[in-house]
Amino acid sequence: MSENIVDKVTQGEYKYGFVTDIETDVIQKGLSEDIVRLISKKKEEPEWLLEYRLKAYRHWLSLKEPRWAHLNIPEIDYQNIYYYAAPKKKESPKNLEEVDPELLKTFDKLGIPLEEQKHLSGMAVDAVMDIISVKTTYKENLAELGIIFCSISEAVKNYPDLVKSYLGSVVPYTDNFYAALNSAVFSDGSFVYIPKGVRCPMELSTYFRINAANTGQFERTLIIADDDSYVSYLEGCTAPMRDENQLHAAIVELVVHDRAEIKYSTVQNWYPGDKEGKGGIYNFVTKRALCKGVSSKISWTQVETGSAITWKYPSCVLLGDNSVGEFYSVAVTNNFQQADTGTKMIHIGKNTRSHIVSKGISAGKSQNSYRGLVKVSPKATGARNFSQCDSLLLGDQCGAHTFPYMEINNDTAIVEHEATTSKISEDQIFYCNQRGISTEDAVGLIVNGYAKEVINKLPMEFAVEAQNLLQVSLEGSVG
Amino acid sequence: MAVNAEQSYIEIYNEFQKTLCAKSAPLLNQYREEAFRAFKSAGFPSRRLESHKYTDLTDAFAVNYGMNLNRIEYTINSSDLIKCEVQGINSYLFFIVNDTFYCPASSQTEMEELRSKGVLIGSLNEYASSHPELVGQYYNKIVHADEEATVAFNTTFAQDGFFLYVPENVRLEKPIQIISVMHASMPTLANARNLIVLKENSEARVLVCAHTMEDVEFMSNRVTEVYVDRNAVYDHYKLENTHSKSSAVSSLAIRQMQGSNVLVNDLTLHNGLTRNTVTIDLTEEHCETLLCGMAVGDGKQHVDNTTHINHLAPNCKSNEMYKYVMDDESTGAFSGKIYVAPHAQKTEAYQVNRNVCMKSTAKMYTKPQLEIYADDVKCSHGASTGQMDDNALFYLRSRGIPEAEAKMLLMFAFVNDVLENVRISALKDKIKILVEKRFRGELSKCSGCNVCR
Repeated sequence: MSENIVDKVTQGEYKYGFVTDIETDVIQKGLSEDIVRLISKKKEEPEWLLEYRLKAYRHWLSLKEPRWAHLNIPEIDYQNIYYYAAPKKKESPKNLEEVDPELLKTFDKLGIPLEEQKHLSGMAVDAVMDIISVKTTYKENLAELGIIFCSISEAVKNYPDLVKSYLGSVVPYTDNFYAALNSAVFSDGSFVYIPKGVRCPMELSTYFRINAANTGQFERTLIIADDDSYVSYLEGCTAPMRDENQLHAAIVELVVHDRAEIKYSTVQNWYPGDKEGKGGIYNFVTKRALCKGVSSKISWTQVETGSAITWKYPSCVLLGDNSVGEFYSVAVTNNFQQADTGTKMIHIGKNTRSHIVSKGISAGKSQNSYRGLVKVSPKATGARNFSQCDSLLLGDQCGAHTFPYMEINNDTAIVEHEATTSKISEDQIFYCNQRGISTEDAVGLIVNGYAKEVINKLPMEFAVEAQNLLQVSLEGSVG
Repeated sequence: MAVNAEQSYIEIYNEFQKTLCAKSAPLLNQYREEAFRAFKSAGFPSRRLESHKYTDLTDAFAVNYGMNLNRIEYTINSSDLIKCEVQGINSYLFFIVNDTFYCPASSQTEMEELRSKGVLIGSLNEYASSHPELVGQYYNKIVHADEEATVAFNTTFAQDGFFLYVPENVRLEKPIQIISVMHASMPTLANARNLIVLKENSEARVLVCAHTMEDVEFMSNRVTEVYVDRNAVYDHYKLENTHSKSSAVSSLAIRQMQGSNVLVNDLTLHNGLTRNTVTIDLTEEHCETLLCGMAVGDGKQHVDNTTHINHLAPNCKSNEMYKYVMDDESTGAFSGKIYVAPHAQKTEAYQVNRNVCMKSTAKMYTKPQLEIYADDVKCSHGASTGQMDDNALFYLRSRGIPEAEAKMLLMFAFVNDVLENVRISALKDKIKILVEKRFRGELSKCSGCNVCR
């Protein structure tokens, strides 16, 4: 591979860097019990939720930041962050005219099919812009089927019993430092409930945007799939270019009942920082799914190209007998990005199965780690796991690491792990060159082929975007 | 029982420091203070440490052990000891009783023969006194007290062990067999410290057999440093056959120079709690390393192998293979890390870990890791945990082989890959017999030994 190719690969600029100018309703910096109370008050929350937040906040005070990951995390001043920022709103908008035109422009740049395109794309979009849900489409269509798809704050108001019984049931506030922080100050997020026997007819999608400068975004997603139901949920993000680091600590909780299935796809493209490693989002996310029922299924698919630091382990707790957990991931790091990502598969039920495919691509001076746990409890007879972790290195100054953990407490379990690390070989490039494909195109071709296995798992609309993202992230290598 | 194990050893050190130093060579004393400080700040490793996630050593060290700081001589009946050897191998035979080097009368002439070739072999303490410059070049240079608390503990208290120096161009045809026995009537802790130096173009093979004699609690905290110079060839075989009350913590640190070739084969047959840490640094180009090991566990055995292969120079090759067969309530842990430094291009590093759990109560934890900072490398690791192949078992049984025998055959075949990596054919045969006996349950100690688990 010629050197300028590597240079080009490492010099791709962030294409989605723009700042939308909207008035935001901000409360003062810092975190204290008063702030937690204020957030809760602003959101007109019931007493039990305030109590939950306060308990989480008090627990958070007793915790320290986790430092075990293969990451170099700069000191974060938690008192120098705005914990609440919502787009100013008079009344919740009933139609497009009432929505702030600046906001619509942002969505246009991102290509969100909010109005005209919504029928064409067939997606229901719950657009979260700086925390408060601005507009939810397709709500009526979904309501006919009994599907609830709304922001979590609406859900707290309208379906308090559902939220109360599931919130924190998969990721308790005691789980980790960032989960406790999120539980204390979470601002908004999506809530989905699929009733028994319903197959959600469309892909549910949320676009998250981090917008106001210096705003940590703490979303909370809760998806419940009742017996025999199915839903495919998409989450995608782009963020404006910023100088200061932004903290992002989200929680995603999925609960799957008997024979139900959730497919959760993420394309993450937050601002990764510039070529000198300045700025960028810190992405500390806790995602976990509970396969509560028999024969339930969870499928996580993620394409991670953004963020300065990624600390993310979408996990599956396979509690129900015959439940299935899947994890497909492509993580790309460039310049000074750092990623420590992977999954946890906790086998508890009988005959549970899990499958892990992780593809890491590192370029520039980035560090890319896979960290995963496969745990088989003594009761999980007949558990089966296969993990495959491949790393591709582009350039000689980046690092690729694998840290798989396997804890087997059962003699009937079959657990396998395979990992390889390689670079694009000269043979492969030569083969392409011979057939008239330029070196640049060849690199793009090979990288796309390498990630294909995961990208194929994404829903159609997302797969296209994910491929574009790979191209942007490794710009210059792709023709 | 000591409530706080660290504290009691800290007190012992403060109180007996003079005795400790008076009975050992100045060279060994030189490093005690620094190591003691490291130990004091770290304490014994608990599960909270990532490196000891699956093996907590705080309880193992909390037993009220005696230490022979005054170097009281044991009355050794060598005919008792000699029974423990892997019989039938033509080897240079030496003993380490607890931590004291001991040369049996039968080996005296051989020792002279070796000395005539310039090979220095014997007690580390004696050589540290008589050849301080030579030993000082290598002692405590490869291990780092501040990285591993058990190494710091060893360096703080180490008084003796085995020393081997093979000069340039000397090839030892016969293997050196060191029988390391824990031998005392009361619970005893020993900090044996071994140092092995191979100069350019030399060749040596060392077989360490670890045993326990009396049915009391033992803790052996062994540190072995091996320095393998250019183009030297070194084989290290370790066979652990101790009883269930014994705890063995061993740190083997090897530094390889250009073109050297190292084979480490670590076999755990019987034990109580074992933690083996193997660190191999490939510091110059064209080094080759083969690291393998196996463990057979039943009862409540606990075997933890933690390995680090550090590729610090380009064009080196390493291959690693560990296999475990865990039965009853035994626990196996494997943690293998391959590190490839930024400039170590053209590295080839492979690692395989395969495990079989025979019963649902057996536990296996595995943590294969790759940390790679160079792009032109070929690295892979694979790990699997499963059980006996039912089809294979059925195949054997349909041919009239009883179930127990068929299982035994399959287990033996499973670990055979590791046993094949013994470069002395007589030793290979012996080890195979030992392992087979182990699977048959016939072997609770080496043949002839009267102490059972």
